[in-house]
Amino acid sequence: MPNPKRRHSSTRRDKRRTHYKATASALSACANCGEMKLAHRACPSCGYYSSRSMLIPKS
Amino acid sequence: MRHKVKGVKLNRTASHRKALMRNLATSLIKHKRIKTTLAKAKALKVYIEPIITKAKENDLSAKKYVMELIKEKDVVKTLFNEVVETVSERKGGYTRVVKLGQRLGDAAEMAIIELVDYNEAANLKAAESKEKKEAKAKEKKEKKTEETEEANIVEEKSSKKK
Repeated sequence: MPNPKRRHSSTRRDKRRTHYKATASALSACANCGEMKLAHRACPSCGYYSSRSMLIPKS
Repeated sequence: MRHKVKGVKLNRTASHRKALMRNLATSLIKHKRIKTTLAKAKALKVYIEPIITKAKENDLSAKKYVMELIKEKDVVKTLFNEVVETVSERKGGYTRVVKLGQRLGDAAEMAIIELVDYNEAANLKAAESKEKKEAKAKEKKEKKTEETEEANIVEEKSSKKK
């Protein structure tokens, strides 16, 4: 079986990883309470979706 | 191709899945809205809508069919006596799934599934928007008839001149 001839240095490894980036999720303000929320989901702070409350809010 | 593939397996054996779907369906009819994972909510939608449609036939064979699937007698009773009447206007699409975001612990996407006709807030809003729409349509119609009337008058005048 073929095997790597040389060990990759940590610099080489780290250079490869410079392109692994996390992207910020696209949030928008809730129409009801103004809190930032994910699209197509009920607002986690006030429970509103499509301008009405989806939740009987957890106490 | 996913032709003719209905439903999802949900990482369960056939019997486990069957029991799960029955439990979810029972809970939904009992409580009208339940919170579960998005995958289960979507699976439940496919499972329960034909049951409700069948129940709308409201005869003995429909009852027997539903009793096979929903084991709690009280729940079957509420389905036939109460739910069927409430959803009678609707031809399918009895449920609504709203995403809630990810659960802490396993980051599963959560959702609420509810019987559409039992969400009073939503119904109020729908009725309101419908009224508004109708009023608008009416206004438009009136305007149109007025315009045509005016046009007719003008036409009459011009014809008289001739």
